[in-house]
Amino acid sequence: MIHAEDVFRVFEEHRGDAIVIPTGTSGRRYREFSTNENRDLNLGGAMGQTTSAALGLALGLPDEKVVLFDSEGSLLMNMGILATIAGKKPENFCHILLDNECYATTGGQPVPNAQDINYAGMAKESGYASAYSFDDLEEFATNVEQIMQAAGPVFVAIKVVPQVENEPIGMRVRPPTRSRAETIRDLQTELGISAD
Amino acid sequence: MVTQQAAVLSPEALIEEFEKNGVTHVVTIPDSETNYLYELMKDQPWLDIVPTSREGETFGIALGLLVAGKTPVVLIQNTGMMESGDSIRGMVLDAGFPLVMVVGYRGWNRHGVITDSAATYTEPFLNAFRINYYLVEQDADSTRISTAFEEARATKRPVAILVGDEYHGFNR
Repeated sequence: MIHAEDVFRVFEEHRGDAIVIPTGTSGRRYREFSTNENRDLNLGGAMGQTTSAALGLALGLPDEKVVLFDSEGSLLMNMGILATIAGKKPENFCHILLDNECYATTGGQPVPNAQDINYAGMAKESGYASAYSFDDLEEFATNVEQIMQAAGPVFVAIKVVPQVENEPIGMRVRPPTRSRAETIRDLQTELGISAD
Repeated sequence: MVTQQAAVLSPEALIEEFEKNGVTHVVTIPDSETNYLYELMKDQPWLDIVPTSREGETFGIALGLLVAGKTPVVLIQNTGMMESGDSIRGMVLDAGFPLVMVVGYRGWNRHGVITDSAATYTEPFLNAFRINYYLVEQDADSTRISTAFEEARATKRPVAILVGDEYHGFNR
C-alpha cells in the first residue's frame, strides 16, 4: 500500500494544467500538495456522484485534462458510472481510484469484498481505453507520465493506506478546505466561463 | 363514436423548445415512452446525448456540465426521479445552478383514477423538495417549457416539466 500523500506528491510533478477533483477521505489532504489551486475543484455533495460530476465536467470541457481522485467507497455506490463513462469515451478524462479498502471516515469498516475486487479490471471490461493497478509507489511514479499523456478514459486503481477516523464528527480536526462554491467560482474565473 | 385524443405532445415540439433555450446536452435514461424522441435527438447536430446507467447519475453529470458553462437538461421518468433524491439534493438544490428536468409522468391520467404509485407520489416528491413543476400534455402546452427555463435561470434552481402523455408517448 502507498500513502495517498506520496501519490499526490508524485502526481503533481506531472499534473501540468489539469483540472483536479479530489474526493473521499484520502482526497482531503490533496490541497497541501496542489500546485494550481485555481484548477482544483470540489464537486462532492451527494453519495457516489462526484464521479458523475467529473464526467460532466470532462464532457463540457473537452480541451481540458480532467483528473478525478475517486474513492472505492464512493465508486461502489455508483458502479454503473463506469459504463456511462466508457460509453461517452472522454479522451480528456483520467479516473484515479484511491482504494483504502474501507470506510475510513466511519471508523474503518471494510467495504464489501474489500481485498478481492479488481476495480481496474471492471473499468477495462466496461470499455475504458486503458486501466492500471498499482500498490507500489515506484511503479506508479514510473508510469504516471504515460498515464497523463494517454487518450482517455484512463482508469488507475491505487492501493492506499487508510486514514481512519474514530473521533466524533464534531471533534475532528479538518485540514482547511475551500467550499464547493468557492472552487467552482475560481475555476470558472480561471477558464473565463460566465457564471450567469 | 369514441375518438382518440387528437392533440398530442410531439417530440418535435420538445426539440424545438430545447433549441430555443440553448440546450447543449440531454442527460438521460430512455424510458418506454421516449424512443422516437431519442431517435430525433440523435439527429440534432447541436445536441449531445449523454446516456446514463442510473438516474442518480444524471444530476451529477448535469452539475459538471453546468460548471463547464453548458446548458444540460435531464430527461428521465418519475420512477428514476424518486430514486435520485440524494443527487437532486446535493448536486442540484445545494449547487445553485438552473436546471430543467423533463420527467415522464408514468401512471398519470386525466380522469383521476390513479392506480400506479409512481404517479401517486410524483407531485408530493417534487413538493417535498420544493421544486416547482409544469404539466405538459400536448403541443399547445409546450411554451410552458420555455417558462420553466426562464424560471430556472431566474431562480438558479431546478424546475420540472411533467410529461403527462403516457398514452401517446414519444413513440411513432
